[in-house]
Amino acid sequence: MNAVNPVTVAQRQFISGNEAVAQAARDAGCRVAAAYPGTPSTEILEYVANYPELYSEWSINEKVSLEVAIGASMSGSRALCAMKHVGLNVASDALMTQTLIGAVGGLVIIVADDVGLSSSQNEQDSRYWGRFAHLPVLEPSDAQDAYDMTRAAFDISEQFEVPVIVRLTTRICHVKGVVEAREATEAPQVGGFQKDPARFVMVPGNARHRIPMMMERDNVLRDFAEQTELNRIDPGSNTSMGVITSGAAYFHVREAFPDIPVFKLGFSHPAPVERIREFAASVDQLVVVEEVEPLLETELKAAGITLQGKELLPKVGELTPSVLRPKLAGMLGEALQDAELIPTTEVFPRPPTMCVACPHLGIYYCLSHLRNTIISGDIGCYTLGAGHPWNALDTCISMGASLSTAVGLDKGRAPGDEKKSVIAVIGDSTFLHMGMQGLLDITYNQANVTVLLLDNRAVGMTGGQDAPSSGLNLHGEETSQVDFRKLCEALGVKSERITEVNPYELPTLFKALRTETKIAEPSVIITNQPCVLTERYSKLPPMTVEADKCTGCSNCLDVGCPAILVERRETVVKPNGREKELSFVKIDTAACTGCDLCTNTCAPDAIVPALNVNAINAVEVK
Amino acid sequence: MTDSAVTNILVAGIGGQGVMTAADILATTALAMGLDVKKTEVAGMAQRGGVVTSHVRFGEKVLSPSIPPGEAEILLAFEPAEALRWSSHLKQGGLAMVNTFAQEPPVVSIGLFDYPDDPMGQLAELPLEVHHYDAGHAAIELGDRRLINSIMLGAIADHLPFSADVLLDCLLQRFQRKGEKLVALNREAFELGQHAFS
Ligand SMILES: Cc1ncc(C[n+]2csc(CCOP(=O)(O)OP(=O)(O)O)c2C)c(N)n1
Ligand code: SF4
Ligand code: SF4
Ligand code: SF4
Repeated sequence: MNAVNPVTVAQRQFISGNEAVAQAARDAGCRVAAAYPGTPSTEILEYVANYPELYSEWSINEKVSLEVAIGASMSGSRALCAMKHVGLNVASDALMTQTLIGAVGGLVIIVADDVGLSSSQNEQDSRYWGRFAHLPVLEPSDAQDAYDMTRAAFDISEQFEVPVIVRLTTRICHVKGVVEAREATEAPQVGGFQKDPARFVMVPGNARHRIPMMMERDNVLRDFAEQTELNRIDPGSNTSMGVITSGAAYFHVREAFPDIPVFKLGFSHPAPVERIREFAASVDQLVVVEEVEPLLETELKAAGITLQGKELLPKVGELTPSVLRPKLAGMLGEALQDAELIPTTEVFPRPPTMCVACPHLGIYYCLSHLRNTIISGDIGCYTLGAGHPWNALDTCISMGASLSTAVGLDKGRAPGDEKKSVIAVIGDSTFLHMGMQGLLDITYNQANVTVLLLDNRAVGMTGGQDAPSSGLNLHGEETSQVDFRKLCEALGVKSERITEVNPYELPTLFKALRTETKIAEPSVIITNQPCVLTERYSKLPPMTVEADKCTGCSNCLDVGCPAILVERRETVVKPNGREKELSFVKIDTAACTGCDLCTNTCAPDAIVPALNVNAINAVEVK
Repeated sequence: MTDSAVTNILVAGIGGQGVMTAADILATTALAMGLDVKKTEVAGMAQRGGVVTSHVRFGEKVLSPSIPPGEAEILLAFEPAEALRWSSHLKQGGLAMVNTFAQEPPVVSIGLFDYPDDPMGQLAELPLEVHHYDAGHAAIELGDRRLINSIMLGAIADHLPFSADVLLDCLLQRFQRKGEKLVALNREAFELGQHAFS
């Protein structure tokens, strides 16, 4: 048994919800923690990785991370897995049966919803999974809560032999607050794996017996919800309205309406219906404020409690004070005092861009110049290829979907689409997460798809984490590195249909793409240059534009490198009488890493190595 | 309706400018003064050339971590167009400290959108107290773009509910281990910020 580091009691720390979860896991004597990165939960495992006393890993995907945690729990250890909201969809197959088995060592599932869609493909409410899988759901409201509730989750999990979901949101994960940690738990005894097929082997005969036990557990948890201090009432002097709330919304409610009574649900599922009924009787009107779907509201209404919720409040996005005040002030009979607001000024957008010299730039330059394509996309930095200047990505659904969707796009071709090339674009981490099956489907069913496997040896999108493609684990230690060529061969792609390319060499790229899209067989083009955010990437001396040579043709702008900037625009009339826009460019030498990609696109060779870099920095940079 | 004892500072700029570090230093200073503090972190994609903001709130007790529009006392803007974008978060008479060094995103550079002609002029028309300085150029002249951060912190140092010295101490602590030279340079930048904004 590993020793648990004692922490100084009542230490005031200023940390985010994610870091609080990590500390709580350590202080609770958690022994195994597993996760696949995903905003906003990524940092949890990065913080856990700092604690040598527990085993932690980047798993291949969220289902794997949950199953790793399940195994550890079965052997009696406390275990945690962490994921973003959509990760739980991936893990749900394991979840829906594990609930029958329950937990041996405390089993805690941290799921972070991206309320407000800061960086996700959807805005789902993961609290549904608690209902679907008959699991308790805890909802921290800030970093301190995240610490306290993660610790409580382990205890609850063991007390009721149930996996526990801790539901975070972006506002919890990514807000720093003052957190006081408590003394670490005495390392819980680890019982070791005890064979128990009737419980651990979920075949129909066994599962049938576990279902009534799960239902009984629901009742016990319902009683617990009525008693636990995780649910509490903040009294208020103005009882004309009371609010039931949970998660980040709790502090928004308190801020917007400081004088009203508030029922704070920390243990939000199963809900403490009887305590809420009493609370309802103590106020004139009752409102449920929950992010984002009307879950509690529906359940409480079904229990016969009169209240309002989404009739008044939006079903998307954060319920911040500025959303709540105008919607609810009327219920308090308050006229909304329109503070004189400063008028908003419309300013151009600043969408995220790919990094300067990103190895994906060359790929999208080529794709944007190919005609008659259907480009099936996936999730990662390369999703930005859908935007300006490339406009070279036609779909984005879920991780791994590029390959399988491409099968359907190929097989479902309409008359007239026969000549179109179906291309799938997927990153290394996404391929390993959920893409390999799609490639197998392509070869098994001989779909005419050209796969672009963008191997930048990192999970770029979430900050450049390691993956089996980097050959390093969560702790930066060397481990086996996946060989994509061999892997693709093993998945049935003919060896001669696998091409490895340097994505900075545009002519090679074009040639590979033209060849492979012409041949009506599954093929894979693998890129081999690292993400520039990682240590593997080495900068070269920067480039500059020789102003007198630049013809303003704007070809290099199609690369989409943010270091290339337009200096001056001109409209000229061509001999045929047509007008043409010219864009004369410059390069931000302080940002340019000399990848040489754009020089390939400049016919007059106006892009050349910058000589006196320091002198240029001071004047040219804007 | 907000607790008047809470100070609301919005720090705004672009990925890579050090917005988060500035916000962090403000927050840890308030923490060192024994106050309750909440500070929002950047989420995901915002890092790559996107807009970055951090809400810093401190006081006796801080509830919601986000500053509602119209309730910020101070806007620390690392870029003039961003100052304009976030100006409506300030309350009437609020204080805007603006770095006038403009940074155009690619969508502007290639002509899809226009950069405001005179952002400082537009700001001056609003009922705000606006101070500005080209901290970008100053930082380059001091030898490192990253010094913008310290200049900007210096800019608001005399407008906080604690003394400028505490803020400077907290800032310099970050560089203690990186050597005397960096400490001196950041002190210089901070002091420049304290006096240069007009
Ligand atoms: C199920 C699920 N888990 C996690 C994420 C978060 N996420 C988005 S893209 C991505 C991986 C990107 O890595 P890679 O495919 O290698 O592409 P890169 O960003 O490096 O170009 C992750 C983990 C997600 N969107 N969905
Ligand atoms: S993080 Fe890496 S993969 Fe993502 S845009 Fe930047 S360089 Fe490209
Ligand atoms: S490709 Fe060359 S000539 Fe054309 S705009 Fe760019 S630098 Fe100028
Ligand atoms: S060489 Fe061109 S494409 Fe490469 S980083 Fe410099 S400006 Fe960008």
